[in-house]
Amino acid sequence: MKASITVTLRNGILDPQGSAVMNALNSMDAACVKNVRIGKLIEIEIDESDPAVAKETLAKMCDRLLANPVMENYHIEFQTG
Amino acid sequence: MRVAVLVFPGSNCDHDCYHAVKHVLGCETDFVWHQERVLSGYDLVIVPGGFSYGDYLRAGSIARFSPVMEAVTDHAKKGGYLLGICNGFQILTEAGLLPGALAQNVSMKFICKNTPLRVETENSYLTDGFKKGDVINVPVAHMDGRYIADDKTLDTLENDDCVLFRYCDGSGAVTAEANPNGSARNIAGILNAAKNVAGMMPHPERVCEESLGGVDGLLLFKAALNAISSGKPAL
Repeated sequence: MKASITVTLRNGILDPQGSAVMNALNSMDAACVKNVRIGKLIEIEIDESDPAVAKETLAKMCDRLLANPVMENYHIEFQTG
Repeated sequence: MRVAVLVFPGSNCDHDCYHAVKHVLGCETDFVWHQERVLSGYDLVIVPGGFSYGDYLRAGSIARFSPVMEAVTDHAKKGGYLLGICNGFQILTEAGLLPGALAQNVSMKFICKNTPLRVETENSYLTDGFKKGDVINVPVAHMDGRYIADDKTLDTLENDDCVLFRYCDGSGAVTAEANPNGSARNIAGILNAAKNVAGMMPHPERVCEESLGGVDGLLLFKAALNAISSGKPAL
C-alpha cells in the first residue's frame, strides 16, 4: 500500500520559511492568511496489506528516522485507489 | 592521547580536524571510516563537520545509522570522550547522545563567519583551565545551526552546568544581535549530563594556527589533551 507522510516543525518552533511565505501571501492581498507552516511530504510504498500494521510500521520509521520528535510532528495518511 | 576522527560520505572538515590534532597538537590520530564497527583504544572520538549523506532528510539523520555509530555510542556510554563539531553536533543530537536538535538558521542563509563565544563553564574537558566568561573567537559555517530544545531541557542544561558556549558580542555580552542563527538562549555548544560528550556548532579546528587566523580553537584541543592525559574524570 501507499502512504503519504507529512512532516512539519512542531507548533511553537519558529518556521522561518513559513513566516516568509506568509508575509509574501499577505503582501499579495491575502491578509486573511494567519499562519503558514512548511514541511516535507514523503511518499512511501510498503508491502503490507493490513492498514493497522502498516500504520504501526510507518510510525516506527517516523520515530526513528523520518521525523525528529524533538522538533517535528508527522502525520500518516494512506493513499486510496 | 589517541584520537579518532570519523569520516562519513560527505564529511569535509575531517582533514582539518586530523591536521589540527595530529600535526598541530601532536597526538596520535587515525581516520575511522563510517563502516567500521570497532572503535577501541581511543581516548577522544571526533565527529567532524561537513554534509554527511548530503544532509538529506535532516542534517545528521542518516549518518547516525552508520555502522560506526554503535561503537561511538558504546564509547560514550563507557565514559569515553566524544566531540561533535557542526555536522558532528547534529549527528550526536540525532543519535540521542546529546539533547535537543539543530534547526535551520532563522535567516534561512548559510552563515560563515567568525563568532565570539562566551565560555559558560570551566568544568569540562574542553574548557579545563578557562574561566567562565572568557571570550574566544571561533568561526561558524552552517545552514542548520539553530539549537532548539524544550524549556525543561534548556533549564536542565543550565542547572547542570552543561552549557559550554554561548554566542556573544566582542565584549562577552550575550545579546540577540550576537546570536547568528536564532539558537535558544544563544547556545553554541553543550555537554551531556556525564560531561564526556560535547557538541558545538563553531569550528575550533579552523583556528589552530596564527597563519590561519587565530589559535582559540587550539586552546580547546590543548585543554582536552591536558584533561584527558591527566586522567581527570569528566564530571
